[in-house]
Amino acid sequence: MKKLKSPGELAALQEEIRTGRDPKKPCITICAGTGCLAYGTQKIIDCFRQEIEKQQLEARVEFRTSGCHGFCERGPMVVIHPQKIFYQRIKAEDVPEIITRTVLAGEVIDRLSYVDPATKQKIVYEHDVPFYKRQTRYVLGMNGEIDPASIDDYLAIGGYSGLAKALSGMKPEAVIEEVKKANLRGRGGGGFPTGWKWDATRKAQGEPKYVICNADEGDPGAYMDRSLLEGNPHLVLEGMIIGAYAIGSSQGYIYVRNEYPLAVHNVTVALDKAREAGLLGDNILGSGFSFDITINRGGGAFVCGESSALFASIEGRSGEPRAKYVHATDQGLYNKPTTLNNVETWGNVPLIINRGADWYSSIGTANSKGTKIFSLVGKINNTGLVEVPMGITLREIIYEIGGGIPKGRKFKAVQTGGPSGGCIPEQHLDIPVDFDELTKIGSMMGSGGMIVMDDRNCMVDVAKYFLKFLEEESCGKCTPCREGIVQMRIILDRICEGQGKEEDIDTLEWMGQAIKDGSLCALGGSAPNPVLTTIKYFRHEYEAHIKDKKCPAGVCKSLITYAVDAEKCTGCHACARVCPTQAATGEKKQAHVIDTAKCIKCGACFEACKFDAVVVK
Amino acid sequence: MQAKIHEIISRYGSDKGFLVPILQDVQKELNYLPEDALVMVSTFLEIPVSRIFEVATFYKAFSLTPRGKHLLSLCLGTACHVRGAPLISGHIERALGISAGETSPDLEFTFETVNCLGACALGPVIVVDGEYHGQLTIAKTNTILRDLGRKVPSDEEA
Repeated sequence: MKKLKSPGELAALQEEIRTGRDPKKPCITICAGTGCLAYGTQKIIDCFRQEIEKQQLEARVEFRTSGCHGFCERGPMVVIHPQKIFYQRIKAEDVPEIITRTVLAGEVIDRLSYVDPATKQKIVYEHDVPFYKRQTRYVLGMNGEIDPASIDDYLAIGGYSGLAKALSGMKPEAVIEEVKKANLRGRGGGGFPTGWKWDATRKAQGEPKYVICNADEGDPGAYMDRSLLEGNPHLVLEGMIIGAYAIGSSQGYIYVRNEYPLAVHNVTVALDKAREAGLLGDNILGSGFSFDITINRGGGAFVCGESSALFASIEGRSGEPRAKYVHATDQGLYNKPTTLNNVETWGNVPLIINRGADWYSSIGTANSKGTKIFSLVGKINNTGLVEVPMGITLREIIYEIGGGIPKGRKFKAVQTGGPSGGCIPEQHLDIPVDFDELTKIGSMMGSGGMIVMDDRNCMVDVAKYFLKFLEEESCGKCTPCREGIVQMRIILDRICEGQGKEEDIDTLEWMGQAIKDGSLCALGGSAPNPVLTTIKYFRHEYEAHIKDKKCPAGVCKSLITYAVDAEKCTGCHACARVCPTQAATGEKKQAHVIDTAKCIKCGACFEACKFDAVVVK
Repeated sequence: MQAKIHEIISRYGSDKGFLVPILQDVQKELNYLPEDALVMVSTFLEIPVSRIFEVATFYKAFSLTPRGKHLLSLCLGTACHVRGAPLISGHIERALGISAGETSPDLEFTFETVNCLGACALGPVIVVDGEYHGQLTIAKTNTILRDLGRKVPSDEEA
């Protein structure tokens, strides 16, 4: 590609790409995000390529591998343009038929269409799928339009126009002012106003100044940053370049989990293409402004998502946080002024510059503007990534977008904010989701993980799960976090084993508060949250474990027994076949029994029984 | 080994700031981080070996012991946890006779649990030698283990 030397040349190239494309030409877009690839999408991609070649359709049909579309539950999926016909759970065998009947003849293949479980109606077009219909996909929606490896695709939808606008008509201070006016807040969890961070870094003494993209997405159950980075890397780069211009930075870093190989690859390709086009490197678009970006792969430590630990990791040290009486905006990476923003935050910047702060701040609530991407996972019918305006209720997300709880079971709680967040019960499902409201009820926005749990999930077990996670991930530098979390976990272990004491709940509460007050960084400072919120909203479950020695959800092994309901048992022998300890026995066609002395409570019989005859007591 | 390590380090312009990616590449090449390799990295980068040891033990991605021929990474992210991943974990531990994080003495299997693979729609999910297997049940896990040539507990009687 020719190096672009001015914003005018960029606009001309965008126009050239657009006019060179026929909007009526059939285009097959297949989701090739990590989630869909895990379903085996690569085989389907290969089939499409072979079939297009076989039928000699290269000139008539476009084929595009895009990033994550968001509806992970129904992958592998394709969208056929220009009609936007949506097919889901497709297999390699379906490929020839899709090409012949749909792409060439315009027919809809009924069996591949999505059926709305609520109305039992077939849904032909992507935009009519309820999962998408209720969303506002300004940031994530672009994923389906572009091949992340193609800068042309991004330019065709107006990519880098925000950068051109900033460089040609706006002083750096004006860019900052716009971001401040839009009231963009950090999407990584903290919710700190982005414009203020930029302003402080710009005004700080010291050179060089750094901008960093935090893609160390460590919260289990959250993968929106990965999907954005791997699906639309240029959007994130554009945001970073605009930010660097506003701050006066010449060097940027993307700190990304090494567990995200596709994101690393796609960003590497995007960086090369952006450099080649003159959008990155020396004298960007002939403006005199120079800036470049380096990728750093993380080493697999949750704490490195914390800013000061992340700096230490980029500097080649172990990722231990430090006390933050000096802000990163003054002394961050290599003790120089640094702005660290999360992937999604950077991804919002081009929108704000392009469409203006007034437009942006018209979306959302009083103090939380724009949209937020959540990863809706766990016991939910429609697992996937959802982008919604701030202020939507949890109930709308879970029931209208998520399609409710599988197998008709009862909702128990939704966990937001990752290991630092909290579990929200049914009574709070109607609060508007924004930074402040979630904090008020003891949870937090966090990076956007939203894990739904049903009546078969034990809240004490979930609290223990998070503490165990944080115990392993605590860097060990400060005592309240390193020792406190372990002690809390030991108490929870005891409760789950039926050895809980009356005073344990009180002890957990005051210890939790002490750890929150005494820890150095946000990891320890928020670690007790899952325990404290589950005690607040599900105290009766703790009490059932401690006083009655029962696990109401049937999860904690020491407090449950497996038994066979003789009336339901058909004597099919399935339980006996899978039992690893020969605890489940019986004659064929006779009711079976489980010998509790031999049973190791592995759950194999429960899973194997097709007649619900194995019960947990 | 020395030549390989030298080549990896020169890829990063001998920059000390790239210690973590350098160790990642060394591990990828050698399957784990042997002591000799750490000493070599220390010499080339002029960083005390104690510092390198600190970094190599801090980050989860590094292993100071040899890893097995087959790598099984079971996701224990929250979504997988609430969908029953702990039961699968216990089952694999019993079948392989090792705990999560360990390698079998014959160096055939390494079983590890990971925080989140971000493939939550497939949960519980496991990656076996780079291949994803989703919506795991104990029965499906048994099939995977048998395909790897390992008897599973309930096979004993059969």
